[in-house]
Formats: sequence, structure tokens, C-alpha cells
Amino acid sequence: MQPFKYIKVPDTPAAIRAAGINQAKFIAGGTNVLDLMKLDIEKPRQLVDINQLSLYKIEELQNGGIRVGALVKNSDLAYNPAIKKNYPLLSEAILSGASPQLRNMATTGGNLMQRTRCPYFYSTDFACNKRVPGSGCAAISGYNRMNAVLGTSDHCIATHPSDMCVAMAALGAVIHVQGAKGTRAIPFADFHLLPGQTPHLEHNLKADELITHVELPPLAYAARSHYLKVRDRASYEFALTSAAVALDIQNGIIKAARVALGGVGTKPWRSIAAEQVLTGLPPNTASYQKAADTAMLDAKPNKDNAYKIELAKRTLVRALTTTGEIS
Amino acid sequence: MNELTGKPIDRVDGRLKVTGGATYAAEFPVKNVAYGVTVTSTITKGRIKNIDTGAAGKMPGVLGIMTSENCMQLHFPAGSDPGAGKYAEKDLLPLQNDRVFYGGQHIAVVVAETFEQAEHAAAMVKVEYAEQTPVVGFEKNALTAYKPASGLGGAETQVKRGDADAAMQTAAVKTDATYTTPVFSHNAMEPHASLAVWEGDQLTVYDATQSVMGVKALLSAMLGVPAEKVRVIAHYIGGGFGSKGFTWANPFLAAMAARQFNRPVKIALARQQVYSTAGRRTQTSQKIALGADRSGKLLAVKHATISETSFVDEFVETAGVATPMLYSSPNVDVSHELVRLNRGTPCPMRAPGESVGTYSLEVAMDELAEKLNIDPLQLRLINHADTEEQKKKQFSEKSLKECYERGAKAIGWSNCPAKPGLTKEGRYLVGYGMATATYPANRSASSAKATLFADGHAEILCGTQDIGTGTYTIATQIAADAFGLPVDKVTVKLGDSMYPKGAQSGGSQVTASVGPPIRAAALGAVDKLITIAIADPGSPLHNQKREDIITGNGRIFLKDDANKGEPLVAVLSRKGLDKIEADAKTNVSTRPSLPAPAPAGSPEAKTEEESKTNMAVQEDENTDRSAYAFHSFGAQFVKVLVDPDLGTIKVDKIVGVMDIGKVMNLKTAVNQIKGGMIFGLGMALMENLQYDPNNGRIVTRDLVQYLVPVHADIPEIEVQFIDRPDLYISPLGARGIGEIGVTGMAAAIANAVYNATGKRIRDLPITPDKLIV
Ligand SMILES: Cc1cc2nc3c(=O)[nH]c(=O)nc-3n(C[C@H](O)[C@H](O)[C@H](O)COP(=O)(O)OP(=O)(O)OC[C@H]3O[C@@H](n4cnc5c(N)ncnc54)[C@H](O)[C@@H]3O)c2cc1C
Ligand code: SF4
Repeated sequence: MQPFKYIKVPDTPAAIRAAGINQAKFIAGGTNVLDLMKLDIEKPRQLVDINQLSLYKIEELQNGGIRVGALVKNSDLAYNPAIKKNYPLLSEAILSGASPQLRNMATTGGNLMQRTRCPYFYSTDFACNKRVPGSGCAAISGYNRMNAVLGTSDHCIATHPSDMCVAMAALGAVIHVQGAKGTRAIPFADFHLLPGQTPHLEHNLKADELITHVELPPLAYAARSHYLKVRDRASYEFALTSAAVALDIQNGIIKAARVALGGVGTKPWRSIAAEQVLTGLPPNTASYQKAADTAMLDAKPNKDNAYKIELAKRTLVRALTTTGEIS
Repeated sequence: MNELTGKPIDRVDGRLKVTGGATYAAEFPVKNVAYGVTVTSTITKGRIKNIDTGAAGKMPGVLGIMTSENCMQLHFPAGSDPGAGKYAEKDLLPLQNDRVFYGGQHIAVVVAETFEQAEHAAAMVKVEYAEQTPVVGFEKNALTAYKPASGLGGAETQVKRGDADAAMQTAAVKTDATYTTPVFSHNAMEPHASLAVWEGDQLTVYDATQSVMGVKALLSAMLGVPAEKVRVIAHYIGGGFGSKGFTWANPFLAAMAARQFNRPVKIALARQQVYSTAGRRTQTSQKIALGADRSGKLLAVKHATISETSFVDEFVETAGVATPMLYSSPNVDVSHELVRLNRGTPCPMRAPGESVGTYSLEVAMDELAEKLNIDPLQLRLINHADTEEQKKKQFSEKSLKECYERGAKAIGWSNCPAKPGLTKEGRYLVGYGMATATYPANRSASSAKATLFADGHAEILCGTQDIGTGTYTIATQIAADAFGLPVDKVTVKLGDSMYPKGAQSGGSQVTASVGPPIRAAALGAVDKLITIAIADPGSPLHNQKREDIITGNGRIFLKDDANKGEPLVAVLSRKGLDKIEADAKTNVSTRPSLPAPAPAGSPEAKTEEESKTNMAVQEDENTDRSAYAFHSFGAQFVKVLVDPDLGTIKVDKIVGVMDIGKVMNLKTAVNQIKGGMIFGLGMALMENLQYDPNNGRIVTRDLVQYLVPVHADIPEIEVQFIDRPDLYISPLGARGIGEIGVTGMAAAIANAVYNATGKRIRDLPITPDKLIV
């Protein structure tokens, strides 16, 4: 690990000022950034501790949405009664990730920013375009059982690891950020970037910008929602595949749906095409299967991860089935 | 008197461990210690053209950088017996030349004032390589397989009985399939660590090892330091599972650097380095053919294993080791072949051989049962080996049939669906599976010293170690019984090469090996005390007969008249003695040959001399064992629930009934078996050390990528013991328990998954992707 300066900032303006200089990085829960630093994958000269900022609130908004501060701990968000009631898929997604200890440290902002678990990214003796732009991608011709099948490029096939983000993608959350030039609101779909030719660029956030909060829009039918995660062990493991779904069922017909997939995409993967397929169909296996086929239409397998295409479909069908059965 | 052995007493070191009071190798508070961090190779094969340490060497706090160009020369160690010290990579002594044989090999050590400084400087060392094309990929290189001359300690690797090929021709029912297992890592919680201190020409190394005696012998031989000038200490070890049985580079690098930079040096490996430099279980491909008559009686068993080893040593995973013995069959053919790859060297890992071998053999038995349309448990009974047919010996004690019976009852074997893939509980497919567990009972020559002090407490010294299994506790129970003292009056000291030579912690042999000399030494000390009392007119036992006197409750007294006697300490105080001590060595070994007697004049020779008059030793050594084969057995039963759509497996219940001789302590025994079963569950369902298919370096090199079971994976586990003492292995009757829990478990799970789904996965681990195709 490279030596670095550590500073604590009292408020958002101070955080933004400190962020612009000295290759600084924010540290929130530290559960990802410290690992990356220890392995010399990230080498900030300065760590800016933002834990004193007052971004800890979960507020119910007039419009029925919820505003989540960037420093809200994953555990606090998952167990928040309004979240559990209005957005069960988000609560379930968070609780399916990591371990209680990690969730007690991890923050909403940090989770949005967490980086891939592609094993080659973590091993500095391998080529990795994400870690060292232009060095190549060891995963494409290597061991890629855990890598992505959607949104990949010839330069990177890294899976986005977050569970929380899959649920937020389904909900169409909005990420609010603040930088030297003021505030911005970034729709969830625009926040994470596809790897393309620049896999080292992962998100739509400038160096001096701080995530201040995330707004979950009102979505009444999200009360009927679910997150399902399939993994190699029962807990404390990233997804092979996962699905976050919400269904608006009225009079035996799906009026509207939300579908997002995890474990398969290079970013949290919302499938609007699958949502459209579901709309107007009855809530049954045939409909769900059709949606699943649609969601995975563009999937591109590699040597070890072709199974993800079938598994993702089954995961989605199961998640929709379970959601459809919620009374 | 036998009051404490067998009792489920709490671990005597439990409090120390949970309060942080137990000191592990890297934790000894040595003054002025410097930190060593190794630089590891980033190529898989080749030569180091240049190591540029210029910039790194000038970084703050750096004391120096040790490379092959400036480090001391090492001598080649002799011998390969792990008990006497086995250097794991005989053709790759640390830093002795410029060659690279695998990715992540130690090539330099940066020593600095702090860990952070050393670690940062290590990243700044620039290495230039002349890279060569490595040999990568196990399957790809299977054709290069050769037959090794022998396995560890001269073990036979090619075993034949009768004519298996001919018998196979005549068999009415046959199976023939290949089973593959990936590389597994021990993943001991404590990474390998060594702390070396020179005081003049005296070297002390605090080491995470399963063999203080082995490390001492190797340090002496390889550094060229007289053995009496080397001391190795390992009071507590955070698990080894075999990875700390052989000795790897770490203690040498620490000792070399400590000498070179004239400071105590501590080296604790990073997890990534443990994966690359400190052993693993080899990958295997096992072809098993079984032939039986219509009644299910085995006529032929063929078990051909290919595994891999490195270019710097030869380790054979003897997957077929139990095959000639496990079932009755007139014809057996077991072979082992090796492929060399540019990987770090494999080594024993919890039940080396049996773990992967019982996976394939016991799945093959399940496949045969299905073809025969015979219940898998019934097939095992039909082929039960009443004697050890390969060695033509009796089993010293075998209650396997009882294990099957009790296990079947506990799991509810009668619920096992006869046809696979059809039975559901709710959404889940239900399956039951079983397998036989087996592990040899080993024992080797060991010594101990017992001392009774005038203040009434006793002490045992033994140069074995407690790698987390409970040896401190069991040794305390044994000694307390022999002294007739309560547990809290007995202190057991282990893990120091200054103590009398104890067994290496491997092969499930520690209790069987060190238990008898500990008992004998304690009985010897009591005997000396009684002799003094009988001769002492001041003693109430003056002129009594030796055989009429027994011990208990801290006293010696007449068997028939407990009132006639006195406290142990009274004898000492009357004589003005501050202590009385005895040494004992039991020269009993389950290996083919006994070690040579100790050199004349050595402390060990004195112990051998004293042991000649120790009744317990004599009785033990004079037991005729020649007619017996020593093996533990067990039956593993599993119930699984499989999600048919998602391929996820939930192990719902595990039952193991073990026949391991006498249970010395029910708590530590259950703990060992459960731990072994969980080890086996990991092996069956998730563990998998992956190498890059292109350059052969390890890909899944941390605990995020290499999965081990977590609590949520573990169901209710029921462990039962037959608890029948095996008095041929030792007077204590205990056969050892550390490894057998792993064996059979992967097969029982694989068989249960088959029973649930009708899918026979012959390639571990069984993950959802394999079940949904
Ligand atoms: C062993 C392990 C298992 C895990 N398993 C899972 C899992 O199964 N599922 C899952 O989803 N996750 C998993 N995680 C990841 C975990 O969710 C993330 O590490 C965590 O969410 C990161 O949050 P943090 O607050 O600790 O971030 P930090 O480590 O503090 O920061 C991470 C990044 O976010 C940036 N950052 C933090 N806050 C802000 C902000 N307000 N504005 C701008 N940038 C910011 C930091 O600069 C840094 O680059 C696992 C992690 C570990 C270590
Ligand atoms: S998939 Fe992406 S992260 Fe993984 S090695 Fe390739 S470039 Fe790096």
C-alpha cells in the first residue's frame, strides 16, 4: 500500500474542496476502498473521511418517495420500516449481500461506487484494462465463470457486483451529487457506465463530486416486489445471478413491471424490454418465461459463463413467480 | 484409575484463546523486531534477469533487501520423513538461485522497521525476468503422466491383488467412470508466519508449524547450525490441516534475514502468498472401474489416479490408498501417476489420499448399487471387509457395521427414495446419500517428561503441538489421571523443541503417539514417589507392597484401605525434595520400521534408558501388534434438498457415526469430526482453487474468490461414536480423529444430490451451473 494522507472533513463543501486535490478518494465505510488500496489497485495520495457529514437521514418525501443520505449504512437502509414496506426488493437485495459486519459499515454511496470482483482485477500480475488501461483483459481468455454476459465489450467483461444497485436500478432511483460546480441529479441508468473501450471509467461522477443522497421515486406497486439471489454458498457471496422485480397486477393482468438483473451485467442491468413484454400479459409462467428470454436476448457468453444465461432466466422466472404470488 | 479421560471437559486453553491470551507465532512480543515482506514472482516460469532494489532500498525504514544475490547459502536437507522434518520443495531452497518455477514464488525479502514500510517497499522492487513457457493445465498435460517410485515416506503407490482385468471380464455388472477433483487449499485461519531471533549463535524461531522438531532439524541442516543451538516454538497454531506439516520457505527466510540484517525478523505471509507458496491439495483425475456378480459381491476394483505435482518436488496424493482395504474383493488394481506443472508444490491436506479417494470410490459404489438395483448401504454390507485383505491382517478393532446401522437410523435411511429425481418436499427435490469413512490409525515414537512439584502441581513437557485440535486438553486429562490429580493441578506444555521429542501433528497420530508416553512419564514419576515412600519409615506406606498402592485425589494410598496413605506432596516435603520427575519414551510405531535408537549420551538416549524400567512403557512396547492392521472407520449420511430450477443445494442434515477407538474427550472429538465434515462439505460444494488457463498462475487467490462454507451452509450435524477402546494401538485405546471426518463426506453429498436429481456430477465441486444443464 502506498502511504497516504488522511483527513476528516466536517461538511460537504469541505469534502468537495478536499476531493479535487492530491488524487484524493473519499472513504465512507471503507469496506471496498481499503482493500483496493492494500492491493495497490488504487493509490490515492489522500483519503478524505466523509463520515462526519450529515448525510445519515432516510426521509419519506411528500410525493411518496424516499430520500436516502449517502452515508446511510446498508443495514440501516435494509431494516428501515418504510423501505421494508414500500420497497421490499431493496431491503432484500441489501440483506442478501456481504455479511452483517460489512453491512454495518458499508454505506449507500460506497455501495453505489463499489468496484468489480473480477479476480484478475485484484491480481496485479495479470493484464486488466480496468486496472491498467490498455494492458489487455486476462478474463476474456481466462477463467471467467463469474464474469458478465450482458453489456460486455472486447475490452472488459467484469460483472458489477452490487446487489443494492440492482434493486435501485429496478426502482429507477436518482442519484444526487454535489461538486464544485453545483449539484446534479443523475438517473440511475446513467450513473454506471458500460465498459466499451474504457472499462476504467465506471461511473458518471467527476473527481470532485460527492454523492449526497439517493432518491427512490414513488412506485406504489413496488410494495409487491422481490429480490432473488443465486450463489455458490448460502451467504456472504456475490451473485451468480440475481433478479429484482416488481409487479403491478390488476384484474389478473400485469399493468406494469420492473425488472433488473444482477450477476450478469457489466452494470446493474435493468431490462426495460422485459418490462414491456410483461405489460399486458397475465401473471403466469409463460409470460415470465417470455420476459426472461427477452431480458437475456443479447447475452454473450464466454468459455466458463454460458450457464449464466439459462440461470439468469430461471432466476428471473422464479423471482417473478414469487412476486406474482404475493397477495 | 481412569476418571478424566473420556470426560467432555472444556478446553484447558479455551479461555486464553477467546481472550487473545494465546500467543501465535507472529505475536510474540520480541523487542526490536523488524518486519519482512516477501516479493513474489509475477511470472510462472523463467529466470530472474535482474532485481532492481535501488529505489526500494532507499525508502524510509527499509533495513535491507535480501535476494539470491546477497543472501546466505543453504545446505540441502537430507531425508523426507515429515516427522523428522520435510522441506516441502527440495529443489527450490529459498532464494538460492535465479530460477522461477511458479507464479507467486518468493524471490526477495524486504526488511523494514514497520510492516507498512516493508510492504510498500516490496511493491517498489523492480524485477526483470527472462520468461519461459510454463507447463500449464492439468487435463492438457495428462499424457505426460509418469509413475512415481513411491509416495510420502516410501508409501506404495502401485498395489495389485489377484488379476483385476481378468476378473472384470467375468463380472456380470460393471461401472467405469472418471471422477475429477480440483485443487483445494487448506485455508488455515492463521497464515504461515515465522519470527526469527538470533542471540549470538543461538537461533530461536517462533513458527506456525505442525512440527517444532521437524522445523528445528531443517533449520539446523539447511542453515548449518548445530541442532542444540536451534529452538523452535509453536505454543498455539491457528490450524494447519497439513499445510504446516511440511516446512516451507518462511522460517528460513526469517532466520536468514534476521542474521543478514542483525535484527529479529518477522515474516507473516499474506493470504495470496499462502495460496502460492505454502501447499495445497493437488488436482486429481480418478478412473474407477468396479465389477461385481449379480449378488453385488465385488470381483474387481480398479482405481487409477492421475494427480499433479510441481517441478521442484514430488508429492503423490495417494487417492487409492484406502481402496485395497476398504472392501472385500479378490482382485484389486490401484495405480498412481503424476503430471508435472508449473505450480507450487502440493502437500498433505486433511486426509491426504482418503479425502479425494473416498469421494470417487464411494460415488462409484453408489453407481454400482444402482446398476445392481441394491440399496447402497446393503452393497457396503455385502462387501464388508472382515479382515485387511491386502496386508492379510486382522483389524485391531472394527465396528463399521454398527456405524452403518446407527447412522442409517439417525438419518432415516428408510426414507431414501429408491428412484432418483422424483421425490419432493415442497419445491425441493429430496435426496439421501451415504458413504463409508476411513482413515488409518497412526502412531509414532514419542517422549514426554512429567514432573510433580512440592507445591502439589504437576507439569508435562512434550515436543508435540496443539494445532487447534485439543491436544493440550487431552494431554491434561491423561496426565491428571495418571497422577491422580485434578485437571487444574496439571499444566501441559507443548510446542517447544526444547521439550522431549513428540510427534508431528499429522496423520491423526498425536493422541495415539504422545498420550502413552505422557501417561507413562506421569506413572513413572508417581512410581518413583511410591518407591521413596515405601522406603521411608516416616511414611504410612513404609514397607507396603508396591502393587497394593494406588493414586487418587492427590494422594497415594492402599488399594484396600484408602485411609492408609498420604498426599503426594508429603513424600516430597519429608525428603526436602522440590520435585520428582520422570522421562518416558514409547518406541511404538505403525510405520514399517522403527527409527534408529537415539545417539549415545543424548538426552533422548537417557530417556530410552529410563524407559526400560518404566512398567507402562514396557507393557506398551511389548504388546504384539504384528497381526493387526490399524484403521478407523465411519459411516456418513446426508440428506439434501435441491432446487430443481436454480440448481442450489441445501444440505439438510448430516449424520456421522465414527469408530475411532476410545473417545478421549467428547467435546473435542465432536468438534474434530464436525470440522472434518464441514471440510468435506466445502470440498463437495464450493472449494476450487483456479489457475489461469493461459499462464498458470492462481486466479482465486483470496477468501472472496476461494469459497469455504459459511454458517448458513451448515445444517444440523449429528455425530455419534462407537467409543470402543482399541487396546492394540495403545493402552489408552484411542485411534485419532482429526481427519476421518472429511472422508466419505463429499461422496455422501454427491450421492444424495444424485438421489435427489438423477444427475451424476463426477466433477467437484457440485455447483448450480453443473446441475442446471
Ligand atoms: C468480503 C466482502 C463481501 C461482499 N459481498 C457483497 C455482496 O454480496 N453484495 C454486495 O452488493 N456487496 C458486497 N460487498 C461490497 C460492499 O457492499 C461494499 O464494499 C460496500 O457497499 C462499500 O461501501 P463503503 O461505504 O464501505 O465504501 P468505501 O469502501 O468507503 O468506498 C468505496 C468507494 O466509494 C467511494 N465513495 C464512498 N462514499 C462516497 C460518496 N458519498 N460520494 C462519492 N464517492 C463515494 C469511495 O471513494 C470509494 O471509491 C462485499 C464486500 C466485501 C469486502
Ligand atoms: S474483465 Fe475487466 S476487470 Fe476483469 S480482467 Fe478484464 S478488464 Fe480487468
